[in-house]
Amino acid sequence: MKLRHGIMAAVAAATIAAAPVAQAETFKYAFQGNLSSLDPHSLNETFLLGSLGNIYEGLSIYDANLAAVPGLAESWETVTPTKWKFNLRKGVKFHNGNDFTAADVVFSWQRTLSEGSDQKVRGSKIKNIEVVDDHTIIIETPAPNPILTSDLVYIYIMDKEWSVANKTEGATSASANTTGNYANLHSNGTGPFKIVEHKADVKTTFDRNAAYWGKIKSNVTKIEFTPIKEAATRVAALISGELDLVYPIPVQDWKRLEEAKGVKPLAGPEARTIFLGMDQGRDELLHSNIKGKNPFKDIRVRQAFAHALNLDAIKKKVMRGAATPSGLMVAPQINGYAADLNTPYAYDPAKSKALLASAGYPDGFEVTMDCPNNRYVNDEKICQAAVSMLAKVGVKVDLLAQPKSKYFGKVLASGNFNTSFYLLGWTPGTMDSENVLSSLLVCQNVETKAGLFNLGNYCNAKVDELTAKVGSETDQAKRNSMIKEAFKIVQDEVGYLPLHQQPLSWGVSDRVTVNQRADNVLDFRYVVVK
Amino acid sequence: MVSFLFKRLLQSIVVMATVAFIAFSMFKFVGDPINNMVGQDTSQQERDELREKLGLNDPFLVQFGRFSLNAATGNFGYSYKFQVPVSEMIFERMPATLELAFVSAIIALAFGIPLGVYTALRREGFISKMIMSLSLVGVSLPTFLIGILLILLFGVVLRWLPTFGRGEVVEIGAWTTGFLTTSGLKSLILPSITLALFQLTLIMRLVRSEMLEVLRTDFVKFARARGLPNRSVHFKHALKNTLVPVITITGLQLGSLIAFAIITESVFQWPGMGLMFVQAIADVDIPIMAAYLMLIAFFFVIINMIVDILYYAVDPRLRASDGS
Repeated sequence: MKLRHGIMAAVAAATIAAAPVAQAETFKYAFQGNLSSLDPHSLNETFLLGSLGNIYEGLSIYDANLAAVPGLAESWETVTPTKWKFNLRKGVKFHNGNDFTAADVVFSWQRTLSEGSDQKVRGSKIKNIEVVDDHTIIIETPAPNPILTSDLVYIYIMDKEWSVANKTEGATSASANTTGNYANLHSNGTGPFKIVEHKADVKTTFDRNAAYWGKIKSNVTKIEFTPIKEAATRVAALISGELDLVYPIPVQDWKRLEEAKGVKPLAGPEARTIFLGMDQGRDELLHSNIKGKNPFKDIRVRQAFAHALNLDAIKKKVMRGAATPSGLMVAPQINGYAADLNTPYAYDPAKSKALLASAGYPDGFEVTMDCPNNRYVNDEKICQAAVSMLAKVGVKVDLLAQPKSKYFGKVLASGNFNTSFYLLGWTPGTMDSENVLSSLLVCQNVETKAGLFNLGNYCNAKVDELTAKVGSETDQAKRNSMIKEAFKIVQDEVGYLPLHQQPLSWGVSDRVTVNQRADNVLDFRYVVVK
Repeated sequence: MVSFLFKRLLQSIVVMATVAFIAFSMFKFVGDPINNMVGQDTSQQERDELREKLGLNDPFLVQFGRFSLNAATGNFGYSYKFQVPVSEMIFERMPATLELAFVSAIIALAFGIPLGVYTALRREGFISKMIMSLSLVGVSLPTFLIGILLILLFGVVLRWLPTFGRGEVVEIGAWTTGFLTTSGLKSLILPSITLALFQLTLIMRLVRSEMLEVLRTDFVKFARARGLPNRSVHFKHALKNTLVPVITITGLQLGSLIAFAIITESVFQWPGMGLMFVQAIADVDIPIMAAYLMLIAFFFVIINMIVDILYYAVDPRLRASDGS
């Protein structure tokens, strides 16, 4: 292998000497999941959107640290609190050579609202787009939206002409028996890479877009992506030198990568917060031996649970030291994070027992815990650890760990929130606390579709009021102080039991450098082959 | 003959319908497909609409009836996850699985039969005993473990062979083949050995016991008495007579090779039908699961039918009872 590298290097050197062309650099990587579609509006999933972010772009794009920076829009300004003026970048071309203009932006926005689109939530953040000229537009929002530019990152711009010509004006629908949508298997974006071959679930090949408008750090000319489902196979493929990057790596394999030559684990805190939730809405728990009342409605019981959990032990024993214990429902990367509120509840089993006794459960009680076993890093093991910690204070937890498709079918709205105690993880797609407030912390209301991921129905009128205000406050400082106030209330009431931010766990070859983005996205713009 | 075939055909249809029914009644236990099809921000209303459109709210029998009618015309619908017709996906993946199964069958036969003959002839030999004990390992070690061990040894430590995938493939019409490129052939080695190992040991043990049986029969003794050389006795007389059951078993095992490829394909990320099925279970992609199970049932039914017809042709007693 070494010898071959040597020869290749010599050949490469000779080539460079002969002609000063850019060296062909291929980068190969694998992820556990597959790229299910190339349609940028078909599925609102981080991996899909993150991968397509190398092909398609929004008016703004995320930089290495997840800040929204100018993308297809050169600059923007707010005209009134609900009107934003965007100056579109001139001279940008789609991969097929078509010019990028304001008409494409309007078209793409309308496409996010089309039947079958999974980007309707983002699309509905725009009320109207007024075209001033080919490279100037005014976006009107239904309400003041201080984080509009973050929302725009994932509204990818497609070429109107190309879409119309290929009859893909509507998004690829997730409902069956639609006629094959062209954009599902073909792409035409403005991004730094373009897809040359795509075999769903087998292999996707990307080529550098030589006509890209921006300057990027990457020196890679060709990229190959393979989904590899088995973790052991991924790790072997990396160590054997066939791949340059694989993710995720099981945390228990880190040591192996450290010991192997030419590869290393790359870890960092993910923006995803893992937490436990308790049913505080029902008058009687669905799965418990306590009848006629709901122990979780008593703050002392929730406090007792909080003090029974040893987050450091979970970090050390379950997560191999790779998690960041958390007191807040958001990670440090999220806008609205308040460092002084991030201290976890203290581990104090004696206090926990005393609290349970004063709440009327000196011998504890029984409750069933729902847990996914293939969704988050070591999810089932975290639940097992929590079960044994709660057993020490007398609470007998019956663990029901299931694959994610079974788990989500039970605990989400579609299963009528059929859970008493559960583990969930959350990354706000907008990288802003408002999403956490409106999804997890406001009162559950099936009719108005509010708080639908607040599975335990934690409810406080003041939090609801603050959330509504945060949604339209444009003064960042004021807004952040309201977010903080809401988080403080939830924390004081022990509405949730935050556990930690799970680690990002990548394995990389020494021949490449990459930027590990906190939302677990691989941005090709930062991939450099040495 | 015609009535025999007709009866068989009828039975096959009943088998297929039963498989479809059992498979379909299990799908409601695999979980909720909707959650895999939309992002976390998608509203409940949209989720409900999607469920309604996919017909997941209909009673079980209505869903089953609709599926059966469509399946009878070869329409398996669209994959929930990929939005591509399932039949297209299966045809795209089939060459990978069939090539793997074919190479594995060849390996199993090419090594299984000679080893079986050898161990039967040199029953007490040291090497025979070694082979026999090793074959126990082949039978008892799970495929997953064998695959991982081979990857570790030949892929990671020695770095002779690729650890995953099919390598470069060449398209010939609708078929993709890995037989025509070096990387394709290299990629075939580890998975096909992994898949073949169980069948190999099975065939070897079968040949051995049949050989031992035949070597004790009178006609072998007569052959020896006639002064025929050992070589001729062993291979012309004995081996030929052991091959009848071996061929039957091998035929039936071909179906299992295709079906059991699931595990091998997952370990080696081999882009065949089995891997697609495993992925579909995780994604609750019901159309893919249903189509795959039907296809495997179909393979088994066809292979069984061919074997039955062969018996019918070979065994005159069957014909006699049919006439009565």
